Amino acid sequence: MKKSVLLALTAVAGAVVLSGCAGMDKSASEGANGDPFATASFQKILKNDFVSKGQASVDRLKQTKAQYECSKYDYLGQPLPAAVGKEIEATAQSKIVYPKDGQYLGDWKAGLKIAEDGKGLQWSDKPGTPNGGNCLACHKMIANDPSQGNIGPELYHYAKLRGNSEAILKYTWARIYNSEAFNACSYMPPFGEHKILTEQQMKDVMALLMDPNSPVNQ
Amino acid sequence: MRLRLKRIAALAGLSLPAMMLIGACATTAQAESVTQEGNAYLKLMNEMGGNPADFNIDDGKKLWSEKRGPKNASLEQCNLGLGPGVVKGAYAQLPRYFPDTGKVQDLESRLVTCMETLQGFSAKEADKDPFAKEGGNASPLENIAMYVAHESDGMKIAIPQHDALEKLSYDNGKKLFFYRAGPFSFSCAACHAESGKRIKISALPNLTNKEAAVSYATWPAYPNSQGVARTLEWRMLACERQQRWPAPKFTSSAVIDLITYMGVNSNGATLHTPSFKR
Repeated sequence: MKKSVLLALTAVAGAVVLSGCAGMDKSASEGANGDPFATASFQKILKNDFVSKGQASVDRLKQTKAQYECSKYDYLGQPLPAAVGKEIEATAQSKIVYPKDGQYLGDWKAGLKIAEDGKGLQWSDKPGTPNGGNCLACHKMIANDPSQGNIGPELYHYAKLRGNSEAILKYTWARIYNSEAFNACSYMPPFGEHKILTEQQMKDVMALLMDPNSPVNQ
Repeated sequence: MRLRLKRIAALAGLSLPAMMLIGACATTAQAESVTQEGNAYLKLMNEMGGNPADFNIDDGKKLWSEKRGPKNASLEQCNLGLGPGVVKGAYAQLPRYFPDTGKVQDLESRLVTCMETLQGFSAKEADKDPFAKEGGNASPLENIAMYVAHESDGMKIAIPQHDALEKLSYDNGKKLFFYRAGPFSFSCAACHAESGKRIKISALPNLTNKEAAVSYATWPAYPNSQGVARTLEWRMLACERQQRWPAPKFTSSAVIDLITYMGVNSNGATLHTPSFKR
């Protein structure tokens, strides 16, 4: 009974939007099932206003479940419901692929190059060339370089502070692979899950964080 | 020719001493601000005036009153929202709803409408190659946009939110702002929903509240890194590229609604255009 009333209400709201007389009360900016992005006018924007360019094709606008839930509550200005967050984290956790050979650490020098490289996956980037990780754009990782961002937490002295136990190695790998496994709505790109970096590249970034000789731990 | 000489003289006269000063006071500048936006060079350039985009404004002003297009007409009767021919203050109130097109339009979108209706250009001709290559020459449309925007320099941003479609534009802009997608899972909010953040040494203004004006009120601008004058339409495109999104179409609702969202959040702030940016 309640459900049918709700359906009727959202149908009315949808009709109001379609008729072009949208009042900006909450109901009019919501589509079906409380999905704010399901309104006809917003769907029209996603469908008509973008073009594929270079490697950035329009299918990138289709959201994953995590992207949808996090966007929705960001837009509404409400905290993500705990149950939704737990589900996103558990799903991400279950999909993490650890190195097949059990080796987590590559070459920290290669890792530093990856951490400094901001290229990759933009329409202006050449497809087929390795993507960068651009870690330094958001994290302070090394000393005496003012050109490091502060969106993410500081990682300077990462292993010096935490050690290099198996647990830390595994946790760090998972963080890089898909940060959603720990914070459902993390803004860190899911480097493994979305195939931004290769397994070898992630190993090199791991070495940058863990190697005692890496500038991160100097 | 005279203009070119003026430009070289202005750039050499202003930027060389400015750069020498930066070199000499690098540590002081850093102590004052860790961001490029706060650095002494940009401050000095903005304080001294003589923006390279002044030449775009000159060109745009000429184009505004020049008889062009199949109808051999000028844009002088173009209605930018405050009545036919009123340029002063028009940009401060854009984007807004226009009854004749039935759409919410930003500066460039409205200029395209006037080029079509008054001058007889086809839409394709009107917005041909709107964005210059880095270091290239701005298109006629962008030059006109620079001129019209400058006519609101020093005025307060007052973007209307009366019409239902103006409110819808804001709301859809807000949705797009928070919409996460693509391989990086980025939305605009990934970088622009908190204060005090920066990417490398680029300050990231929080665009979800009044702080939006820190960015919004300084466009159109001459970004030094681009070597050519740029408008907000270009800035939206550049952000979507870095978000790893597909490209938003020029003068599409996607772009206009994002501009409406940022612009309405900036209402009440004073416009400074053109500014000199990193």
